[in-house]
Amino acid sequence: MLHVVVCIKQVPEITEVSIDRRTNTLVREGVPSIINPFDMYAIEEGLRLKEAHGGTVSVISMGPPQVESSLKEAVAMGADRAVLLSDSRFAGADTLATAYTLAQGIRRLGQFDLVICGKQAIDGDTGQVGPGLAEELGIPHVTYVRRIRELGDGMLRVERMVEGGWELISTTLPALISVVKDINEPRLPSLKGIMRAKRTPVTVWGLEELGCDPQRVGLTGSATEVVRIWTPEPRESGELLQGDPEQQARQLVERLRGLGVI
Amino acid sequence: MQYFLSEEQEAIRDLARRLAEEKIRPQAPVLDEREEFPSQLMKELARADLFAVPFPEEYGGMGYGLFELCLVVEQLAWACAGVATSYAASFLGALPILEFGTEDQKRRYLPSLAAGERMAAFALTEPEAGSDAGAISTTAVRDGDHYVLNGTKQWITNGGEADVYTVIALTDKTKGARGASAFVVEKGTPGFSFGKKEKKLGIRCSVTRELSFTDCRVPAHNRLGREGMGFLIAMRTLDKARPGVGALAVGLAQGALDEAVAYASQRVQFGKPISSFQAIGHKLADMATLIEASRALVYQVARSIDAGQRDFSKESAMAKLFPADVAMRVTLEAVQVFGGYGYMRDYPVEKRMRDAKILQIYEGTNEIQRNIIASALVRELKSRRR
Repeated sequence: MLHVVVCIKQVPEITEVSIDRRTNTLVREGVPSIINPFDMYAIEEGLRLKEAHGGTVSVISMGPPQVESSLKEAVAMGADRAVLLSDSRFAGADTLATAYTLAQGIRRLGQFDLVICGKQAIDGDTGQVGPGLAEELGIPHVTYVRRIRELGDGMLRVERMVEGGWELISTTLPALISVVKDINEPRLPSLKGIMRAKRTPVTVWGLEELGCDPQRVGLTGSATEVVRIWTPEPRESGELLQGDPEQQARQLVERLRGLGVI
Repeated sequence: MQYFLSEEQEAIRDLARRLAEEKIRPQAPVLDEREEFPSQLMKELARADLFAVPFPEEYGGMGYGLFELCLVVEQLAWACAGVATSYAASFLGALPILEFGTEDQKRRYLPSLAAGERMAAFALTEPEAGSDAGAISTTAVRDGDHYVLNGTKQWITNGGEADVYTVIALTDKTKGARGASAFVVEKGTPGFSFGKKEKKLGIRCSVTRELSFTDCRVPAHNRLGREGMGFLIAMRTLDKARPGVGALAVGLAQGALDEAVAYASQRVQFGKPISSFQAIGHKLADMATLIEASRALVYQVARSIDAGQRDFSKESAMAKLFPADVAMRVTLEAVQVFGGYGYMRDYPVEKRMRDAKILQIYEGTNEIQRNIIASALVRELKSRRR
């Protein structure tokens, strides 16, 4: 029985985020949380593999308790099982500590054939957790997968996006892939899925259940440190040309001539 | 207004809204322009389990009622009345089976309709029998364990696209409407063919076709109810479906109001947004009030029917009549708010105005609804005097 594990991250809906000009930090209050868009493709691909080959899809995430809503959405889309790795000691994890914690969670899930991640999260943008997780699990990984060509007995053949083209890569299973948005179009949840998600409890595992080394999780287990966060200087707003369209066009031509553009 | 929906009802409404916003709305203008049936969108609705909403769980449905169906129809119509009509007409076609079918008939048809794998259509109207539905002339003559159907049905929504048709035909011509019976006829039955696709003013992505029956042999076990019950089945079906038309009108009108409010707030004339002029503001206020009154009426009638109210012809006629008139008025006003832009096909409100007109006509014209209401009033007076 095929067992696909999909890793997801809950992120703020960035189109709704604004920056507090005084403190130069993100205004998080009232900003809706969504499943990282690239992870939506990962969920969809997992569900398609299940539809084609049978088996189950588990979805896993690390984060605070409110991540449960994102896991439930994955169940509403069709995932069979949802696991949240949540513990106050996991807070402040960098990609290394996150990969370690997720690996502990996936090991605890039991036997698996394929782990699917989105290529990167839209908030951190590192793209490191997928490969880091594969290293922790000791399995091969392929990043930037745009198509699964074949999933066979103990093997996987995929197309990997590279600059100016794509590579055809075969790997043994179990393996980990990270996917790009070209791979599919994620489905909306179904009503039966939504009702099932309401009834399906999300399993929550903390540090003890996972048997984690406390030195390797959260801020303590992080190898990197964020020294400073700043936002680029906001761009000055441009100059608006006044007058009716004809006058504006004349001014524009004069300016462009003045700059030597035309 | 707060209608105190249950958590499940909210989930149904929100999912329908999400489909309406993300899938239907972007395609609505194109489907209208091309007069193209929304096959792909019907598949999306099926995959989201929206067809399953009003069917009992034992037939693969979700076990909800007319009220929840109305919640779905309203949201779909907010994006496109043509798509909402195609969806709602399938339930209209399924209703006679659901309400009058035998266990065997339900098992044969309802699961695939609830799954949205197949669509249904309801066929009563004929060229010479519109509002006067009792004047139908399609016949069904018993021949052994079959009936032989002959005749023509006109303006059948989902005609050609649906797989399952509930058809009203005369089994006894001498008795007129009392000699009618209802049949389930499957697409592909020899002798059953489709005429041309009608070109319409509005709801242009919904298909409307003629159905032709020429010595079409239908198994006797496809008859719904007893011989002679056909007209009753048709009237009961329409009674039950009317709040759905009302919900469609509410959604369509709400969409027009949303467009009008957004436009009026952003359109500047005489140095101010036009929403700041009372002539426009009062229009918007009247539109919003009429829509809310329609919604309250539709919701309450649907809830009463679900709760088991026995005789609901009058209320269900009201729940179709009023919202349909409101949708017409609101969409006309929306075009007026948009002014010249409203008349242009590049802007979204003229389509809504064209779409709204059919709501005053189909599934019983608004004149027929008034007849139903008036005769119920007289009947009620007589029964009080007795």
